[in-house]
Amino acid sequence: MNFNLTLIGQMISFGVFVWFTMTYVWAPIVNALEARKAKVAEGLAAAERGHHEQELGRKRAVETMHEAKVRASEVIGQAQRRATEIIEQAKLDARAEGDRMLVAAQAELEQETNRAREALRSKVGELAVAAAEKILQKEINAASHKAIVDSFAKQI
Amino acid sequence: MSSSETLTSQAYIQHHLTNLTFGYLPERGWGFAHNAAEAAQMGFLGINVDTMFFSILLGGLFVWFFKKVADSVTAGAPGSAQNFAEWVVEFVDENVRNSFSGKNPLVAPLGLTIFCWVLLMNTMDLIPVDLLPWLFGQSASLFGADPHHVFLRVVPTTDPNTTFGMALVVFGLMIYYSFKVKGAAAFIGELTLQPFGKWAIPANLVLEGIGLISKPISLALRLFGNMYAGEMIFILIAIMYGGGVVLGVSAGLLQFVWAVFHILIITLQAFIFMVLTIVYMDMAHQTHH
Repeated sequence: MNFNLTLIGQMISFGVFVWFTMTYVWAPIVNALEARKAKVAEGLAAAERGHHEQELGRKRAVETMHEAKVRASEVIGQAQRRATEIIEQAKLDARAEGDRMLVAAQAELEQETNRAREALRSKVGELAVAAAEKILQKEINAASHKAIVDSFAKQI
Repeated sequence: MSSSETLTSQAYIQHHLTNLTFGYLPERGWGFAHNAAEAAQMGFLGINVDTMFFSILLGGLFVWFFKKVADSVTAGAPGSAQNFAEWVVEFVDENVRNSFSGKNPLVAPLGLTIFCWVLLMNTMDLIPVDLLPWLFGQSASLFGADPHHVFLRVVPTTDPNTTFGMALVVFGLMIYYSFKVKGAAAFIGELTLQPFGKWAIPANLVLEGIGLISKPISLALRLFGNMYAGEMIFILIAIMYGGGVVLGVSAGLLQFVWAVFHILIITLQAFIFMVLTIVYMDMAHQTHH
């Protein structure tokens, strides 16, 4: 075992290498490791968040669909109600119209009856007068017996 | 075995355990040592060129790779280089988190540097023991040098200068942060007032002092011893290649088995050096005992 200047030389080289490693090597590499660690943690957190958001979105979609269904059935119910109403109304209108037409027809019928009766009356009067004329041509004239003929005609 | 027939096993081992030492010799002036004795003669002013070269080369490789990653680092999807660097960084960071309770931006980079650098230096052990020394010897002989006197040890951690150099830096940091975090009084109190109380200060100082000094020494010797022993076994196996067909074949098998096992040791020793450093730094940051 010869100790010589090599000992000092090795101490100096060792010191220089340690200094160099400490100054230029250690910090950048360790910082990069830390940065990557942070990045990975961030990524995991983001993934977790995304997962959560997806879950929320799914829930929201289900809710919206449910709401839509409820509203649709409401609308259908309303429409059905409205349809029933319209049919009822139409029935009522038809009945009223029918009644009205019935009344009008009856009135017209009555009018026609009256008119016919009027015509008949005057016709019968004329016929009675003509018949009486024929009968009485020999005995009386129309002018002197008109009052009697009219009173008969009225009684028909 | 790279050697000629004249080379004995002992000389071969000796050759492999001698560093390429540059220094001053009274009779030759400045130059490379031609043998272990000359290297020892150079004393403290010699320098192991091979250790310095390979350790700085590998340390440079480490900082180059991590700097490249750090420059283009992204928090998005990482490339394969970044992925690998992040894996290492997270491994070190986790160890620091588990063992170090104080707050000090130095400790984790210190751990990363130790782990990677020691691992790379240890890995040199897996290169066949003769390959690089032989190539180096051959290239040196082109410049007129005798290859038998050209040495090259490629595993810097088998040189105690490396392991003690690192351990001493760790020790210096321990002392520095002990004073800085605990305060001088508390640190000295820790060394002198326990485990026996204030009436046995000398005994306490001896016990705690031994405990303190033994930390860097054990740190350095553990790594050095493991790598030295591992290299020695590779050298012994390499000697077997020269002993005929049967020994040669079993040497091939043994080398493979030992290399596989050594991968474990290489990694384990780098890991232990790092973890113990972190633990020692944690001790230096403990404010109450």
